Amino acid sequence: MTSHQTRNRICYAVFSLLIIVAGYTIENPYYIQVLTFIGINTLLALGLNMLMGYAGQISLGHAAFYGIGAYGTAILTVHYNLSPWMALPAAIASAMIVAYIVGIPTLKLSGYYLGMGTLGFGMIVNILFREWSSVTGGASGFIGIPTLELGPISFSSGRNYFYLVWGFVLTSFIVCQRIIDSRIGRALRAIHDGEKAASAVGVDTRKLKLQVFILSAAFSALAGFLYAHLIFFISPGTFSFIASIRMVTMVVIGGMASIWGSLLGASLLTLLPEWLHAFSEFEMVVYGLILMIVMIFLPRGLTRGLLDIYERAVKKNDR
Amino acid sequence: MTAEHPLLEIKTVYKAFGGVQALSDITFSLNPGSITGLIGPNGAGKTTLFNLISGVFPEDKGKIVFSRTDIKNKKPHKLVELGISRTFQNVELFDSMTVLENILVGQHTRTRCGMWGSILRFPWVAAEEKKAYHFAMELLDFVGLNGHADKTSGDLPFGWQRLLEIARALASSPKLLLLDEPAAGLNIVETMRLGDLIRKIREQGVTILLVEHDMSLTMEISDWIVVLDQGKKIAEGCPRTVQADEAVIAAYLGTAGNKAEG
Repeated sequence: MTSHQTRNRICYAVFSLLIIVAGYTIENPYYIQVLTFIGINTLLALGLNMLMGYAGQISLGHAAFYGIGAYGTAILTVHYNLSPWMALPAAIASAMIVAYIVGIPTLKLSGYYLGMGTLGFGMIVNILFREWSSVTGGASGFIGIPTLELGPISFSSGRNYFYLVWGFVLTSFIVCQRIIDSRIGRALRAIHDGEKAASAVGVDTRKLKLQVFILSAAFSALAGFLYAHLIFFISPGTFSFIASIRMVTMVVIGGMASIWGSLLGASLLTLLPEWLHAFSEFEMVVYGLILMIVMIFLPRGLTRGLLDIYERAVKKNDR
Repeated sequence: MTAEHPLLEIKTVYKAFGGVQALSDITFSLNPGSITGLIGPNGAGKTTLFNLISGVFPEDKGKIVFSRTDIKNKKPHKLVELGISRTFQNVELFDSMTVLENILVGQHTRTRCGMWGSILRFPWVAAEEKKAYHFAMELLDFVGLNGHADKTSGDLPFGWQRLLEIARALASSPKLLLLDEPAAGLNIVETMRLGDLIRKIREQGVTILLVEHDMSLTMEISDWIVVLDQGKKIAEGCPRTVQADEAVIAAYLGTAGNKAEG
């Protein structure tokens, strides 16, 4: 148990060091921008992984919470002139409240039916973004979202924003790691392995599923907030059904029930489209093909797959 | 019977699924510290009764009273808190988790660290974890699985999985332990050890209700036997009386005349 904790500490120390070094050494603003996007996507994948990977409950509507975070801060800062730092907790809280209300009936479902339920929820919220134009700007989008500032520090430059996003990622990683290593994390995994047995050992499965649903909504809303203040412009398309599917893909490709898998999955799905521009009209074909190949050869995701390959190599060397 | 108040009372309980009357007019009670065997041919309603007692679904009519509390409409996790713990006919472990983690989850109701406790890691959380760890190790020792704490539970041989499931059920410190066919799939040696383990559990003051098809085991370890057939209680008594009971013999061997009456 203690060795596990020491290993985790080393991992997080190396991870923070990498973030600092990357921020210092990378000059190219395009790379910084891409890395910032990876950070935002990692938050999305991490939140969904807590729900899907650990508790085993699928959601095909999580882009709704991403959107609530983004539109929440946009509306509060532009229409109500609120400081973004006040809008952040408000946006996250609204996503959590919506998750609570939606979660009570929806989480009674399981499997395909839960997928359908959350899918419907995601679509309804997306239609709201698109049609409630007096508040959200409708299909043409929401413009004029302010820059983040903290005293003398402005987060307009790529480097500062990079640090801000990755600071949030690091904190979120530690928060999730602590939950996973606790009584709550064990109960979540127990629900994944067998809901009947989990309740037979005293886990209040309904309450815990709702809690983790709300938690993952909060992470998505945080990502939405960071996205809105990075781009200054949001439109409903970013938070559509496709975005929800992309989040699920990040979790599955990266590795279910793996914190670092969220990082890997988010990286791959952010970088792939950038690399594949060269294929122009065949971009989506190649993109789909790569995802298929990963799933065929590493069905348990990149993290577990790469670990398996590594462990096999070590075993071979031992012999 | 003794003047002592029974731990569990089942009073004229009925349960139907659609048109099938799974249980009708069942009444019996368990004395604290006893081992009661619940037997009967397939489809007699034993598992249905187990599911009623552990809160999987409610009874249609009648009452189940545990420690003087009516348990109607109490969810399974609430009943674990009250002190009822169970195992399943087809071992239901958390397969991806280690042996140790399975028992730690079993202590869910004895521990209280929540979402905030885990994120902020208050000092009492670490103390609680340490206590839970030691208790888990004691339990592994108790069922004879010491030394296997870090193995993945899904990889254990079947007999060990049974033992682990019992250890997990004991982790909530229950007053009443429901064992659903614990000997199914075990060989003779394993079954003998299981009998010893069940007696050892009773010595700790835990009351046991046992559904079992292995007659020699049931008759040997039980103080009291309740026999169900086609949803009805046909006999109850100490093992020797029940074994000689004509209705019981008929239910198992199927005397034509008796069937028609029943």
